[in-house]
Amino acid sequence: MLIRLNSFLINIIFFIFISAISNPAYSEEKNVDLLKINWSFKGLLGTFDRSSLQRGYQVYQEVCSACHSIQYLSYRNLSEKGGPEFSEEEAKAIAAQFEVLDGPNSEGEMFTRSGRLSDKFVKPFPNVEAATAANGGAYPPDMSVLAKARKGGADYIYSLLLGYEDAPAGYELDDGVYYNKYMAGQKIKMLKPLSDGVVEYSDGTQATEAQMAKDVATFLTWAAEPHLEVRHKTGVRAILYLIVLIILVYFSMKKVWSRVDSKDDLEQQEDTFDKVEKWTTQYEGDDPKSFK
Amino acid sequence: MSEEKYIPNSKIGQWFDSRLPLLTLSAHLREYPTPRNLNYWWTFGGILTFFLITQIVTGVILAMYYVAHSDLAFESIEHIMRDINYGWLIRYVHANGSSMFFLAVYIHIFRTLYYGSYKSPREVIWITGLIIYLFMMVTAFTGYVLPWGQMSFWAATVITNLFSAIPLIGENITEWLWGGYSVGNPTLNRFYSLHYLFPFLIFGLVILHIWALHVPGNNNPVGIDVKKNNNETVSFHPFIVMKDLFALLVFLIIFFIFVFFAPNVLGHPDNYIVANPLVTPTHIVPEWYLLPFYAILRAIPSKLGGVIFMFASIFILMLLPWLDTSKVRSATFRPLYKKFFWILVVTVILLGYLGAKPPEGIYLILARIATIYYFVHFLIILPLLGRYEKTSPLPLSISDPVLNKPDIVDKFKKIVGEYEGENVDSFK
Repeated sequence: MLIRLNSFLINIIFFIFISAISNPAYSEEKNVDLLKINWSFKGLLGTFDRSSLQRGYQVYQEVCSACHSIQYLSYRNLSEKGGPEFSEEEAKAIAAQFEVLDGPNSEGEMFTRSGRLSDKFVKPFPNVEAATAANGGAYPPDMSVLAKARKGGADYIYSLLLGYEDAPAGYELDDGVYYNKYMAGQKIKMLKPLSDGVVEYSDGTQATEAQMAKDVATFLTWAAEPHLEVRHKTGVRAILYLIVLIILVYFSMKKVWSRVDSKDDLEQQEDTFDKVEKWTTQYEGDDPKSFK
Repeated sequence: MSEEKYIPNSKIGQWFDSRLPLLTLSAHLREYPTPRNLNYWWTFGGILTFFLITQIVTGVILAMYYVAHSDLAFESIEHIMRDINYGWLIRYVHANGSSMFFLAVYIHIFRTLYYGSYKSPREVIWITGLIIYLFMMVTAFTGYVLPWGQMSFWAATVITNLFSAIPLIGENITEWLWGGYSVGNPTLNRFYSLHYLFPFLIFGLVILHIWALHVPGNNNPVGIDVKKNNNETVSFHPFIVMKDLFALLVFLIIFFIFVFFAPNVLGHPDNYIVANPLVTPTHIVPEWYLLPFYAILRAIPSKLGGVIFMFASIFILMLLPWLDTSKVRSATFRPLYKKFFWILVVTVILLGYLGAKPPEGIYLILARIATIYYFVHFLIILPLLGRYEKTSPLPLSISDPVLNKPDIVDKFKKIVGEYEGENVDSFK
């Protein structure tokens, strides 16, 4: 039976392999290998690097948020477990920096107030059309789930931020279009956003281009998947529990089946014995009794 | 079917059972005689039942938070993922559950093909199963549209547009499906309604499927009829229940690996971009489990032809019990059929691979060859095999498949040796 189980598992793995290879097939025709980083959130027990998340928030706030919104994130998320884990006071202070449009009040007027923890991240533009118009006809995508909406996720964001190059000789670029080797079609309308020292980290980390790209990619991965850490933790527990349960069920099953399996052996023995007796009779002659 | 009439022990049980025989039904399900030689390929029926129930339960919970409106759907899913307690878990279980459901159903179908379980007297089980499979595809497709991401929107556009290939009334049908002149909010609303309805239709069909199964009883790996009420069968409970449970738990490990560690691997990144009718994705692809049909659709040069062949590839399976004329069920005793079975498996997997590739160059040529072979397998090879294949001799009973094996002589000697004492050789 273990052999059967084995082949059963091999087949399952085979099927999964097949379904997995069909996915890369979706990618663009021309694929440049992304820069790969050993992210702390990868792997079975992967967690976010808190200080990287906090720095990443700073990069988002000081650089990206001029054009890109993160409309599904709330300020309270910044202090929640599994995230950047700012203290509640810090998160409140961050929220208070923003003007939030609220209302209508009892007079029917809209008014602005300073942000609270429960507010969503304030958007740089009131709507998609305004954002598009202000950015030369290219909408800067909302970054809430950006890390899940691009093949390669964090690696892609990291690569793209570091992928700005001078266009090869003879390559035609329109005004306001830049060359980026990781962008589909190599043309991007975003001006190179990062350069060494564009932000100043308060924790003393050198704000190199690569460091900032890494931090903001980490932050955006968390923004897209705020429950990633608890998901990993639950997953490990669930699978360990399953393995224990499987072992118990396996032996219970063996016990239950032993009722018929042993009976089976006995019957088969008797069966074979009958046949043996029959054949011996043929060898021994007519007197079957003499054999016993 | 039921061997002895079941009579409940308690008075109240008898009173109730004579009015609504639920207790008799439950006794039947417990005692249902099952061939004892079923292998692990037979555990997928139980696994499928588990996934159907999982999908319904998680789906009902998701429906409590999901908003079926083109402006709000995407946001409501992010709300589920971020703010609802364990909403991410429920949604990932539901999304990956559908993939596991299809993985299990494909194994279940190919098991049926290998062991010839669709043959007389089990044709109706097979056909109800195929209807379930069709309904599963409708459910999966309508469900894929609900997040209202880019792939949702464009998959809906491509699939509903297929109906416009029907002559004369095609355009009308497409508009009727859309509820307007393009895929939009009315489309999303009706797909949501259908996505909630179909799982319950599937549930009903599953009851018919099992009912039809319980009339002739299970086929088995040897493929010959078992004699009921002797040592060739075991009662469903606890023997099969335990075995199914064990297989289910092993299968769940794979499921959990996807849910907890790679929840988006089987999906498409573009579905995390909110639907935009003005931007067409570079490649519009369905979920992996529909890729073989997508490959067939695109392999045919004409749109109408593609649609016809795609539907034919499923409906041809309904005729299978009559196309396969061989009286022998199990491929174990059909040396040629066994080979063609594996070629078919490879062909279908190849079609799935090609469905994910752009329809050009070598991919298109291969897709056409594979499509032709798919139909040749069912329409030409199977009927011919039924006529000309020389099958191996069938054993007399499922517990007696070893008679002709060479090691019987050793066994014989050993047993005789036990009776004769040490001097085995003297016997002959």
